[in-house]
Amino acid sequence: MTTATTVEPQETTYTFSPETLDAVLAPDEAPRRPSWLSASITFGWRALLKIKHVPEQLFDVTAFPIMMTLMFTYLFGGALAGSTTEYLQYLLPGIMVMSVIMITMYTGVAVNTDITKGVFDRFRTLPIWRPATMVGYLLGDAFRYTVASIVILGVGLVLGFRPDGGVVGVTAGIGVLVAFSFAFSWIWTMFGLLLRSEKSVMGVSMMVLFPLTFLSNVFVDPSTMPGWLQAFVEVNPISHLVGAVRALMDGGWDTSEMTWVIVSGVLITVVFGSLTMRLYNRR
Amino acid sequence: MSALAIETRGLVKVFGKTRAVDGIDLSVPAGTVYGVLGPNGAGKTTAVRMLATLLRPDGGDARVFGHDVLREPDEVRRKVSLTGQYASVDEDLTGVENLVLLARLLGYDKRAARRRAERLLGAFGLTEAAGRQVKNYSGGMRRRIDIAASILNTPKLLFLDEPTTGLDPRSRSQVWDIVRAVVSHGTTVLLTTQYLDEADRLASRIAVIDAGKVIAEGTPGELKASVGAGAVHVRLRDPGQRTEAEWVLSRTLGGQVVLEADPVSLTARIEANGGGDADRRTAERAAAALTALAEAGITVDDFSLGQPSLDEVFLALTDRTVDASSGRTLDEEKSA
Repeated sequence: MTTATTVEPQETTYTFSPETLDAVLAPDEAPRRPSWLSASITFGWRALLKIKHVPEQLFDVTAFPIMMTLMFTYLFGGALAGSTTEYLQYLLPGIMVMSVIMITMYTGVAVNTDITKGVFDRFRTLPIWRPATMVGYLLGDAFRYTVASIVILGVGLVLGFRPDGGVVGVTAGIGVLVAFSFAFSWIWTMFGLLLRSEKSVMGVSMMVLFPLTFLSNVFVDPSTMPGWLQAFVEVNPISHLVGAVRALMDGGWDTSEMTWVIVSGVLITVVFGSLTMRLYNRR
Repeated sequence: MSALAIETRGLVKVFGKTRAVDGIDLSVPAGTVYGVLGPNGAGKTTAVRMLATLLRPDGGDARVFGHDVLREPDEVRRKVSLTGQYASVDEDLTGVENLVLLARLLGYDKRAARRRAERLLGAFGLTEAAGRQVKNYSGGMRRRIDIAASILNTPKLLFLDEPTTGLDPRSRSQVWDIVRAVVSHGTTVLLTTQYLDEADRLASRIAVIDAGKVIAEGTPGELKASVGAGAVHVRLRDPGQRTEAEWVLSRTLGGQVVLEADPVSLTARIEANGGGDADRRTAERAAAALTALAEAGITVDDFSLGQPSLDEVFLALTDRTVDASSGRTLDEEKSA
C-alpha cells in the first residue's frame, strides 16, 4: 500500500452476494411512521451533523457577530453615549438581535442549495409529517442562533457589558430572541424554495434585512428620528423584539413589547410557514 | 390477473411550452421489472417524478397500487422508494449517518435504525466506508449506498432512475445483480435507462419513450419482432465484389446495408414486411438473399443471421416517429 490510504481501497473487494442481500431484505417488523415531533427532531439532528462535518458554517455565527459588536460599539459609543461602556449597556441587546436576525438568512441559502440535490427528492417521497424537513433546518439554525448569541454576550462581557437582569434575565432574553428568529426564518425557507439561485436568495435577504434591522431602535432612541421614520420603526417587529430583549436583560419585563413579539412571531409563522409548505408540496 | 403496481392514463406534464410528458399510458404488473427506455430528455425522469409524488401531473391520472398520486400522495409514499439520477443521499454525511437518518424517518427507533443501517452497509460492502462522507465515495459506492437507502424499508415499488449512468462495467453488473435480488423479494422495480442492453437484461416489459410519448411497448422479444426480424452478416472472399453484393442484398432484403470496417464484410437489415411467422420468414428471406448472391457469382465465405439488438430497435422506432404517420401506426399497435 502506498501512503494514499484514503483512496477507496475496498472498492475492488466488494463482490455481490445475493445471500447477504436476501438476509437484509427479509422484511422484519415494519416500523410505524414517526410522529411529527420525532421526524422534525431527526431533521434537526441532520442539521447538526452537517455542522459537525462542515464546521466552517459556524464562521457566520461567530466572526460576523464579533465584528458587528466591536464595530458599532467603538464607532458610535463615544459620539452617542459619551463612552463606549455606557453605550454598550444600551447597544448590546440590540446588536445581538441584529446579528442573529441577519444570520437567519442563511436558512434560505441552505434550503436553496439543498433543493437542487437528490436527497431532497428522497425526503419529499417519505411518508412523514410534511413540514418536518423545514422544521429540521430551523432547529439546526436555532442552535446556530444560540451560538451567535452566546458569542456576542461573551464579547459584550469582556468589553464591559453588565446587564442588570443577571443570568436569568440574559438567558430569558436569548430565549426570546432565538424563539422569534425560529419563527422569522420561515420567511427564508419560503424564499429558499421560491428563488432560483443562492445569489438571488442572498440579494433578497439583504433587501429585507438591512432596512428591517437598521430602521429600528437597535442603535439609537427613535425619538430623534423624523416622524415618518418613527412611524416605520414603531411597527417594525425588530424594534419590538429589541425592546423586549432589552427589558429582559435589564431585569425588567415589557408586556406590550412581548405581546408584539409573540403576535408578530405567530403571524410570520402562519403566513410564511404555509407559503413555504405550499411551495414545498408544489415543487 | 395480477395486480398492477402502476397504472397511468394520458399522463401529461407541461413545462412552459414543452410537453415533457405528453399522454403516457403505462400498466406495470406488480412484482416485475418494467423498463422505461428513452434518450435524454424523452420525459422518463419527469414521468417517474410524477409517479413518486414529486411533481403534479397537468393531465391524466396515475395510480400506484390503486392509490391516486394526487389524491392520496401519502398512501403512495408509503409504498414507493426513489433512487434518483443523482445521488439521493446527503453527500455531507457519512454512509452510516445517511442510513440511520432515513431509518429514523421511516420510524425505526434509535437502536433498530442503527442495526438496520449496519446490516445494509454490510450487505452492500460498505462497512469500511461507513464512517466516511458520501462525497468521498466512488461512483459505484455512491450508487450502492443510494440503493441501500432506497430499500431500508423494503418498498413495494422502487423507482430506479438511470441507476447505472456513468458507472463502470463492473459496478453496472453489481447494480443489475442487486436489482434482480430486490425483485426476487417481491418488490416491483420501475427502471429508466438509456441503455438498451440494460432494459433487455433486466426488464420483463419495456416502454420506449420519445418526446414525451410511448412509441412502443412490449416484451423485449416483441419489440425486436416489431422492428424487423434481424440482420444478415456476410463475409465475402473478394473485397472487389462488395459493391455488387451490397446492391444485391439491398434489392433482395429491402433493408439498409452497412459496409463494415472489415473490407470483405457487410451487414444487411431484413425489413419486416409483416405477417406470419416472423422468424421463419426471416430465415427464408435470408436464404433467398444468399441464393441471389450465388446467382450473381459472388463468393460468400461465411454468413450469420442475427437478432436485431435493442439499439437497432430503438433507432428504428425513433426514426419512425419523425414520420408522423408511421409513428401513429405504432401507437395503434400498442393500444390494440
